[in-house]
Amino acid sequence: MRIVVNIEKCTGCGQCIDSCPFTAIVLKEGRAFINEYCQFCRACLSICPEGAIIEIMEEGDIKETDLSSYKGVWVFAEQRDGNIASVAYELLGAGRRLADELKTELSAVLFGSTGEQAQELIKWGADKVYHCKDPIFEKFNDEPYSMLLTNLIKTYKPEIVLAGATPIGRSFIPRVAAKVKTGLTADCTALEIDKDSGNLLQVRPAFGGNIMATILCPNHRPQIATVRPRVMKRGEYGPDKNGEIINVPADGITCRTKVLDTVKEASECMVNLQEADVIVSGGRGLGDTKGFKMLEELAELLGGAVGASRAAVDEGWIPYSHQVGQTGKTVCPKIYIACGISGAVQHLVGMQSSDIIIAINKNPEAPIFNVATYGIVGDVNEVVPLLIKKLKEVKQ
Amino acid sequence: MNIIVCIKQVPDTAEVRINPETNTLIREGVPSIINPYDLHAIEAAIQIKEKTGAKVTVITMGPPQAEDALREAISMGADDVRLISDRAFAGADTWATSYALYKAIEKLGYDIILCGKQAIDGDTAQVGPEVAEFLNIPHIAYIRKIDNVSDKSIKVQRLMDEGYDVVESQLPVLLTVVKELNTPRLPSLKGKMAAKKAVITKMNINDIGAEEENVGLKGSPTQVKNIFAPHTKADRKMLQGSIEEQVDALVGELRGLKCV
Ligand SMILES: Cc1cc2nc3c(=O)[nH]c(=O)nc-3n(C[C@H](O)[C@H](O)[C@H](O)COP(=O)(O)OP(=O)(O)OC[C@H]3O[C@@H](n4cnc5c(N)ncnc54)[C@H](O)[C@@H]3O)c2cc1C
Ligand SMILES: Nc1ncnc2c1ncn2[C@@H]1O[C@H](COP(=O)(O)O)[C@@H](O)[C@H]1O
Repeated sequence: MRIVVNIEKCTGCGQCIDSCPFTAIVLKEGRAFINEYCQFCRACLSICPEGAIIEIMEEGDIKETDLSSYKGVWVFAEQRDGNIASVAYELLGAGRRLADELKTELSAVLFGSTGEQAQELIKWGADKVYHCKDPIFEKFNDEPYSMLLTNLIKTYKPEIVLAGATPIGRSFIPRVAAKVKTGLTADCTALEIDKDSGNLLQVRPAFGGNIMATILCPNHRPQIATVRPRVMKRGEYGPDKNGEIINVPADGITCRTKVLDTVKEASECMVNLQEADVIVSGGRGLGDTKGFKMLEELAELLGGAVGASRAAVDEGWIPYSHQVGQTGKTVCPKIYIACGISGAVQHLVGMQSSDIIIAINKNPEAPIFNVATYGIVGDVNEVVPLLIKKLKEVKQ
Repeated sequence: MNIIVCIKQVPDTAEVRINPETNTLIREGVPSIINPYDLHAIEAAIQIKEKTGAKVTVITMGPPQAEDALREAISMGADDVRLISDRAFAGADTWATSYALYKAIEKLGYDIILCGKQAIDGDTAQVGPEVAEFLNIPHIAYIRKIDNVSDKSIKVQRLMDEGYDVVESQLPVLLTVVKELNTPRLPSLKGKMAAKKAVITKMNINDIGAEEENVGLKGSPTQVKNIFAPHTKADRKMLQGSIEEQVDALVGELRGLKCV
């Protein structure tokens, strides 16, 4: 494929130049010219008012691969210390929806853990579970995980494979994609089926959350995506649901790394952050560490946890484990209270799917108010103590 | 010992914005930098070199101007660099990028390969592990500390969701590193001189021995369908009145939600 300018139509207006993320378009003799930095992102195609920028297909662009033999949606169910990570249940929710739309089966893949946990996956929506109980999977090592998943994919040919965008999923799934030769989309925040082609539309943030991109994998199967925890909703739990468990052996699986020790150092709060129904979060507007003492009190009153913007973390007012956003945690509580946070996109991607967002900020123009369910324009040092006082009164 | 560091030249994303009306990136005057995580990978390589006398080669796949990134690496103390550049590599996704890097690395020889955790433009964190798979060597991602390096093995701490794992691996191995690992050094005066004088060796598709169907856009299973601005839902309800009245209203809402 090539992207070229039809110089007959080009008026040299230069709008395409600004649209190019890769500065690959320059003006030459009053006409746009696409140089070798073009990454074929197509951003310029829709921009040109004259329709002068076009895509040219070349021989070999469309590979005739037989995609129809690939069927079914798979979810890789990650376990830690034998327990299934909550992202696996969220993926089953998303996977069920995709499988129903494609009129196909939903399967889970579980390495390590117990038969009881495999049953749980069925109750959360899986029709089938491929389970390998071999002790080699107890601790996470990339090689055995990627080898077995690759083997299973080659044998059973699923059309979609989803895994959590966790340290585990993001570490070993790329090896699988490399081996199978297929596309992998990292850290997705939305998944849809394209009605016309049946392809998976994979939406993900890029450029540090400043833009969103829709990614396709049209000519290879399976289509693999890692999905950010806490953005998909769990499906329905059916205590009486039935499904099939297929035990798979770990034949020929080898490993050249060894986990010598596992050290847990997450604080209580950090675990709480992702499980909490209420999160009280603070930003640069809090001014200092004392401000966070005040938020702790508020969080305690509401039975919630404390979060923070990156600016507050960078100031050293609160540890990194509390950071919410693109480079921190994604959270989805019932209530998110943002105190002195401006609402930069990188912060919003981590919290905007919260059910109710309450923003307290002294600047009425702060972008956080665009996502807020309730907004209070005011000084946090006045509003929060008052809120604490009133809540205490109500509680008595 | 041979250490290879993979670096990428990226736009400084802190300054990339999207024009919400046209759905296009505003890249005016956005500077190009070495991917921040990759600076930590270079620093780690140089620290190992200082202990063991290893040779550090820094490579990048990119357009001709990526040469600047390699010069910066030399100024930090890299012994050698390679610019993997060819018109055929354009439009590569992580699969095709990893494939080209693997082909080049195979030609260079290696004991330890260091990558950044992720590149801040794509944010995928996939290239490192994919290169390791192509080379058929183990990898360990998200390294926050290197405890011990010998000729045959390495012991590191790998960051996990709830803490860290201590992991040992045979060499050769590929590691991807996070920022906690170290503080990248500033270029020395001597380094800057060396960077200025250095002749940058280029490798094209024939030099690395790659097949055309596996590189660039042709070799990329994924396609970018479109890009757009992150949208935010707008159902704002500004509370009215004095601060006291607003707080009262909020407490009322919170009670309605049964959270007090
Ligand atoms: C690649 C990348 C990744 C990033 N990842 C993250 C991330 O994960 N999480 C994150 O949060 N950020 C992230 N950021 C940073 C983000 O762009 C913003 O810089 C950051 O979120 C700003 O934090 P803030 O809102 O606390 O500070 P500011 O933007 O400084 O806002 C402070 C706000 O407080 C208000 N204020 C000040 N004083 C008071 C007062 N007394 N009472 C009430 N209001 C007051 C001000 O009006 C202002 O709106 C990232 C940036 C990049 C480039
Ligand atoms: N074009 C490239 N050339 C060299 N190294 C790269 C390139 N792209 C990615 N890398 C390496 O792979 C890491 C992860 O990148 P990514 O998978 O794009 O997030 C980076 O930190 C680099 O170390």
